[in-house]
Amino acid sequence: MSQMTVWLVAVRDQRDRAAFGALFDYFAPRLKGFIMRSGTSAAQAEEIVQDVMLTVWRKAAMFDPHRAQASAWIYQIARNRQIDIIRKENRPIPDELAQDPGSEPDASQILAFDQEAEQLKTALEMLQPDQKEMIQKAYMGDLTHQEISLQTGLPLGTVKSRIRLGLNRLRKELKGLR
Amino acid sequence: MSAITHHIPDDMMAAYAAGTLPHPFAMVVAAHVSLCADCRATLEAYHTLGGALLEQTEDIEVSKGLKSNLMALLDEPAPPEPVFDAKGIYPGPVMAALKGRSPRWKTLGMGVKQSILSETEGGSVRLLYIPAGQAVPDHSHNGLELTLVLQGSFSDETGRFGVGDVEIGDEDLEHTPIADAGDACICLAATDAPLRFNAFLPRLLQPLFRI
Ligand SMILES: [Zn+2]
Repeated sequence: MSQMTVWLVAVRDQRDRAAFGALFDYFAPRLKGFIMRSGTSAAQAEEIVQDVMLTVWRKAAMFDPHRAQASAWIYQIARNRQIDIIRKENRPIPDELAQDPGSEPDASQILAFDQEAEQLKTALEMLQPDQKEMIQKAYMGDLTHQEISLQTGLPLGTVKSRIRLGLNRLRKELKGLR
Repeated sequence: MSAITHHIPDDMMAAYAAGTLPHPFAMVVAAHVSLCADCRATLEAYHTLGGALLEQTEDIEVSKGLKSNLMALLDEPAPPEPVFDAKGIYPGPVMAALKGRSPRWKTLGMGVKQSILSETEGGSVRLLYIPAGQAVPDHSHNGLELTLVLQGSFSDETGRFGVGDVEIGDEDLEHTPIADAGDACICLAATDAPLRFNAFLPRLLQPLFRI
């Protein structure tokens, strides 16, 4: 398991404050950078960071390492909070999946999932800088879509198909967990 | 439950995961994911990508007091938050839009009814109630329209849409959906206004419509 996922499981199962502090030290500056990329002020970004990390503490019971890495779970919380706060609308979010009662954590499944996620990260790192920038903008820059649509001529299709390959593998793995 | 055969396209799911999908479509995606394990897996894959991007984001130092402030808040009781669980045929995100109440149907004639969940300049999302044999209203397709079946089914030239299926319509789709025999068909239908068509979305969807 990734170190962050280990910390998050410790927060979930032991309400471990030291682990939560470690999660904060890793994610808070990244969240701040991530949120500010979509044009949010530093002060408001910090408010959102605090809100997101508090949600991580309070909702840790819902974290399932069979289905998500810590970064993906925290990403999704940040995205929801950012939309709720900045756009002042309630983002529609899917029903939570009911946990199987009494199901034991399966280390091999968690490991297999983690490996798929790591492969996806490697694929992301191997992209050309401008291709990666494109995906970052699509994911982070709510306010720069106009800009993206003006940047014609970028090989978005290539990027998408490469990402898709990684996602397809990931998706198969996720399906296998069901 | 019969198998879902019409899903959320990958590109639209990516836009939802990135938070760039307009609210009416986001509601249909969230409702479909609530019903569909395949699309939930796809969404979680895109969240993984979002998480990977978050990990690789350039960090910006946070203010000195932020961590101690936060640690001091951990023992505070969480403020009560309304939780809207799925109820009957309506998934959680639809119940949230209904604020936990039953739909307030307004008749459109011929037994067809609607209940508007939200309506802004960016588009609208509503519930439609269509008795067996009646046409699904307003398929003029000024822009993009997503229709998710919650009860019953409808059919058109392109096929049959049962519970959980999503139909994607645009200007190019010429069809006449009719509610099938049996229970009245209840759908969640989202459209965007053509004037405020998000420039990003059509490009994301192009591969889809190049059929
Ligand atoms: Zn689906």
